[in-house]
Amino acid sequence: MTTRVGVVTFPGSLDDRDAQRAVRLAGAEPVALWHRDKDLHQVDAVVLPGGFSYGDYLRCGAISRFSPVMDTIIEQAKLGMPVLGICNGFQVLCESHLLPGALTRNDSLHFVCRDQKLRIENAGTAWTRDYSAGQEIVVPLKNGEGRFVADAHVLDELEAEGRVVARYLDVNPNGSYRDIAGITNAAGNVVGLMPHPEHAVEPLTGPTTEGLGFFTSVLKQLVNA
Amino acid sequence: MSLDTVKNAEQTPDAAQPWAELGLKEDEYARIREILGRRPTGAELAMYSVMWSEHCSYKSSKVHLKQFGEKKPAAGTPGADAMLVGIGENAGVVDVGQGYAVTFKVESHNHPSYIEPYQGAATGIGGIVRDILAMGARPVAVMDPLRFGAADHPDTRRVLPGIVAGIGGYGNCLGLPNIGGEVVFDSCYQGNPLVNALCVGVMKHEDIHLAQASGAGNKVILYGARTGGDGIGGVSVLASETFDDTKPAKRPAVQVGDPFQEKLLIECTLEIFGEKLVKGIQDLGGAGLSCATSELASAGSGGMRIELDTVPLRDHTLSPEEILMSESQERMCAIVEPDKVDRFLEICEKWDVIATVIGEVTDGERLEIFWHGELVVDVPPRTVAHEGPTYQRPYARPSWQDALQADAPTGERLARPTTGGGLKADLLKVAGSPNQASKSWITDQYDRYVLGNTVLASGEDSGMIRIDDETNLGVSVATDGNGRYAKLDPYTGAQLALAEAYRNVAAGGAKPLAVSDCLNFGSPEDPDVMWQFAEATRGLADACLALGTPVTGGNVSLYNQTGEVAIHPTPVVAVLGVIDDVTRRTPVAFAEEGQLLYLLGDTADELGGSAWSQVVHDHLGGLPPKVDLERERLLGDILIAASRDGMIDAAHDLSDGGLGQALVESCLKGGHGARIIVPEGMDPFVLLFSESAGRAVVAVPRSEELRFNDMCTARGLPATRIGVVDGESLDVQGQFTVSLAELKDAHTGVIEALLA
Repeated sequence: MTTRVGVVTFPGSLDDRDAQRAVRLAGAEPVALWHRDKDLHQVDAVVLPGGFSYGDYLRCGAISRFSPVMDTIIEQAKLGMPVLGICNGFQVLCESHLLPGALTRNDSLHFVCRDQKLRIENAGTAWTRDYSAGQEIVVPLKNGEGRFVADAHVLDELEAEGRVVARYLDVNPNGSYRDIAGITNAAGNVVGLMPHPEHAVEPLTGPTTEGLGFFTSVLKQLVNA
Repeated sequence: MSLDTVKNAEQTPDAAQPWAELGLKEDEYARIREILGRRPTGAELAMYSVMWSEHCSYKSSKVHLKQFGEKKPAAGTPGADAMLVGIGENAGVVDVGQGYAVTFKVESHNHPSYIEPYQGAATGIGGIVRDILAMGARPVAVMDPLRFGAADHPDTRRVLPGIVAGIGGYGNCLGLPNIGGEVVFDSCYQGNPLVNALCVGVMKHEDIHLAQASGAGNKVILYGARTGGDGIGGVSVLASETFDDTKPAKRPAVQVGDPFQEKLLIECTLEIFGEKLVKGIQDLGGAGLSCATSELASAGSGGMRIELDTVPLRDHTLSPEEILMSESQERMCAIVEPDKVDRFLEICEKWDVIATVIGEVTDGERLEIFWHGELVVDVPPRTVAHEGPTYQRPYARPSWQDALQADAPTGERLARPTTGGGLKADLLKVAGSPNQASKSWITDQYDRYVLGNTVLASGEDSGMIRIDDETNLGVSVATDGNGRYAKLDPYTGAQLALAEAYRNVAAGGAKPLAVSDCLNFGSPEDPDVMWQFAEATRGLADACLALGTPVTGGNVSLYNQTGEVAIHPTPVVAVLGVIDDVTRRTPVAFAEEGQLLYLLGDTADELGGSAWSQVVHDHLGGLPPKVDLERERLLGDILIAASRDGMIDAAHDLSDGGLGQALVESCLKGGHGARIIVPEGMDPFVLLFSESAGRAVVAVPRSEELRFNDMCTARGLPATRIGVVDGESLDVQGQFTVSLAELKDAHTGVIEALLA
């Protein structure tokens, strides 16, 4: 049976169809989920895509977190369903308290779009098993509010538990504390990532195809589960 | 103030009216009275004033613009055969094969962007995106040709970051990749920056929609944002007059944008189109409801009746006049059959978009607008929308034109470098000048990846996007326009703008099909400016005919001047091309060591209006490079064939900065150097800095050299082998060597240093 990966569309989601394409290229079946619908339609995993959900009004991700679909996703994530939040999706996961910390305005105060080098720090999560720890990859990054911040003790805890999933290399594009580009929950099924792996899945349109691993990882995880 | 109804207007024929304050001329006001057979009501006066503004009515330009129709390429040429919808609709539509149609248009938002850079530029993107959406298409990419005052002028530091942030803030939030554009600095744009915005949209042939209201009983639905007091008189007061420091600030005349609302409007409208619920549609942009209602009614059959008090408002104190003139953003107006209204409203509800039935199509001939049951507008819609005034503005060749052209940049007039060291110094100067330097500080603020179909973006000769994942069908767009060339000779300058955009599209591997233009000029009331405009339109129309690429639409922006000083005439030309297989595209980067570099075309001593003359000598004089459109077409054919058949791996058109600048860009982009041998008998200075048109540099894999050469010889295109991709430096043999590191140092960081 094909693995079904849901991609949520909030009002203002932008990279939803791109995430669906990445899911398809990884060999799974993308399923469109609508923010007002609590039903997850039997998906095995969920991607919260990038964009400006609800116009980023109030705070990025702050309103989406209260949408009906998120109630079910939060419930299922706590039961172990793999959830990947990319960019705005990462912000939603932090607002939902599935992940610690917050994402604030880039230190440059500008939106930045660039090809970003990352190091995969934790290759044990549901979304990174296809990488090896220490592997360096290049994927696009594009955000205006991507600066990961958290209290020192939270950061220390994340580091100590190996929950930093990816770190910026060469350039820290937004002033994130400790160059953090992505983190996971303690169970390793929920991952938040500021860069956009779904834009590095085809040689024609991406700087590399090194983002595909996030999507093939979850397939492997589900097949082995 | 009491309501000025039609009845009231009939009874008080001599009441004083503020026609002059609204930007109307005395004879225009008299004509309105003649059309109506009475004085207009306040609401009617408001409508006529905005719709008869220069911006909406093209009253000074239309006698010249009609050449684009008269000289359109004949049937049988690819561009003419591909045309599905031409000038006059919200945007032109072109057949690109496989059942797909593409719509694109470039438009100006110059004046608002000077007053309020962020909002002016943001709503410029918003407006052009709605134009594309109104044709039935999903918007898929944007581009932005920009012109600023001198890069080191304090006001540029105010205007540029705001404009860039506005374009990024709005476009990024809509999820539209920004795939290119231009940034040019010149002191002539001081106080009159140009913000042109282009959008591309894709649809299937059967999805094309038009702006017309037909079928008595069909409902008029206004949907999107509520109407507020922003942008009142934007087109008449802002865009149709010369700026004057002595008048009060015009900030309220600039609209305020909400990209989130627009994103919902796009998705909602596309779902409505998908269920075929719409008979006619028009976006609300310049002149707001006045424009949408009068144009829809004018283009359709029958009349229209509107209950203006049903329009959802953001500010409940607005008068009928203000509601008609408001340019509040993110609004659309649709004509819907009665039995489809419920479903239409349901889809709007799904997307949290406010939708209101505000009237219906009638079997009469008038546009009637009521305010709480009282008739406040009763006009023949064509007289508002399509039969505005037409001016034959006087024009004459400027008295200074001959002297300007006589001041040619000869070797005697401008000192040329004669040593290798001198050539290197000038190459670095040009590559590090604000106009030729890397624009990444600007373009990195735009999302180029969203939608996942961007094949080529900024830094390339053209922007290219895939439109079908399965077949790899794609389109590309390039915009160009050199105000310095056009100042020296507007006829040739406009043709050079088209030639360059055509060449840029072909260099990427796409076949040029159609043109959209944004004509930015000074005041039409100045005969010098009007001559420039007349010459430029004549030049462009002639060139479009010669290249077989029809003009499908565009926009004219006049009054780009402060006091007596006009900007350089700046015709910005966008060319749309189609490519059957985007995997065959050709980038500018030299990516493979050992590939052979060929210079295509002829290089003459042509430095008039060149980047070198500007950067090194701050000089503008002489004549621009000559145009040979037959040669451009041949060069284009060769570039397209070589891309398709894998004979070239890189191509870069030669334009401002000449071969030297193209080599710098291709080397840096690919991370490889080049060894260049100056062809025998060629002056190395001319080789590196001349801006002769009809040229490109290409990288040919050694295995393809014979085949490529044979093709060029057979087709009669001069192709000169000038070197090889090699090493870590640009080495012009016998002259100078400059390392990639040194080039990069000169070429990057320039814009941020100036704006910091």
